[in-house]
Amino acid sequence: MDFIKLISDIEQVDADASERLSFYTRRNLFKLGSRVAAAAIPTVVAGALNEVLAQSSAAIDVAKYALTLEYLEDDFYQKGLAASGLIPSSDRTIFSQISKHETAHVALLQGALGAAAIAKPTFKYPTGTFTSYQTFVATARILEDTGVAAYKGQAGALINDKNLLQVALQIHSVEARHASEVRRLAGLKGWVTDSSNTTLTQGGVNLKTLTGKSDEAIKGAFDEPLTSAQVLAIAAPFL
Amino acid sequence: MDIQQNESGLPSLPGQFEPVRVGRRLFLRFAGALTAGGALLSACKDEENPTTVLATVDLGSGDVGILNYAYALEQLEAAFYEQVIANPYSGMTTEETQILTDLRDHEVIHREFFKAALSTNAIGSLTPNFSGINFRDRTSVLNTAKAFEDLGVAAYNGAGNLIKDVTYLAIAGKIVSVEARHAAAIRDLINPKSADFAGDDVVTPSTGLDPATKPSGVLPTAQRFVRTPISGVNLPTA
Repeated sequence: MDFIKLISDIEQVDADASERLSFYTRRNLFKLGSRVAAAAIPTVVAGALNEVLAQSSAAIDVAKYALTLEYLEDDFYQKGLAASGLIPSSDRTIFSQISKHETAHVALLQGALGAAAIAKPTFKYPTGTFTSYQTFVATARILEDTGVAAYKGQAGALINDKNLLQVALQIHSVEARHASEVRRLAGLKGWVTDSSNTTLTQGGVNLKTLTGKSDEAIKGAFDEPLTSAQVLAIAAPFL
Repeated sequence: MDIQQNESGLPSLPGQFEPVRVGRRLFLRFAGALTAGGALLSACKDEENPTTVLATVDLGSGDVGILNYAYALEQLEAAFYEQVIANPYSGMTTEETQILTDLRDHEVIHREFFKAALSTNAIGSLTPNFSGINFRDRTSVLNTAKAFEDLGVAAYNGAGNLIKDVTYLAIAGKIVSVEARHAAAIRDLINPKSADFAGDDVVTPSTGLDPATKPSGVLPTAQRFVRTPISGVNLPTA
């Protein structure tokens, strides 16, 4: 598929979204009343978000962008768990838990976007992704760290969409939990200390001068965001 | 720091606190208000620590209030890990030492960042109350670390949409995911290779969402570990 076009589509305002998203109205939510069971929670959350999305093209853009990334993660883990002999039994619990969350994130965002939800793209994977466990874990590490940075990179765009901002943050920290676990499986620290994070200054405060801590500690203490263009470059091999 | 140790049990997880706590908290706030107003209370005593009631710290309002709120939480976490590393529990493995040292450094860096960023608006140093933590016991230390990290994640997630300035929002975003990385690592130390790093007890399985807790829900839990009374009455709520 043409990912450039997808990004372009994502960045267009969906003028009809308001109408098509109207299924999840506040009134419909209240009708559910006390019969709302645990299984219905995604619909309820999606419904609450729906009001925001119906009013904000920026929110719709971010939700579509996020859905694309969640589709990729969900697809990746499902294929990994289905590949016989790939994931050792000792680590299956970990990847099953991650996969469960990615599936939930897809459902949440699809529900929030309603008819405006994009279809699941067809993904491709570099050779060895599902035959070498080392490659699989390394790929998972990239997807999770990128997911964290991608959500983080959209926070500012959501500053006026309070509900979606909060949900995005709630997904973002789950991706960070995943990233930590997968990094440690790969023999890395759970936090990002490598050269991709080059700054020792945050908000105009030079942390090296201030704290005297090691560069590695200062880098690891702050996760850096990625723009959509940077995420696109990282995601390109999968599209 | 006059940190006491005992074996009277583990700290509660975020969201858990005894009913009696509310009464005491209100009392402390009342007492703090009196102190702030100039009246000195000397006849009161904490049930564990007979001592002068400390003046209430008001976090303030607006973005400054939220930054002070974060600064308060980071002070708590940093003080805890400083104590953990200064008095390691017996049998602390190399991996555990490395992780807990990194966490100490990260939380100290966060604490110092907020103090510097807030400049003259920063609240003072809070006096921790770690009397419920047994620093000699691995389980007590790791369960406390888990509670603090999960609390931090929920707190930053809940504070994000209370922030007005996009720069501060970005920085809060850079910190919250580090707290989540910590939480996962600590949880994995407690129960290795399990689902607990992002367990169903904290991440809602049907939505895949971490909690987002507003300051009014976080502060009572944090207050259990801080002797200095903290008031968030002027913080933004929406």
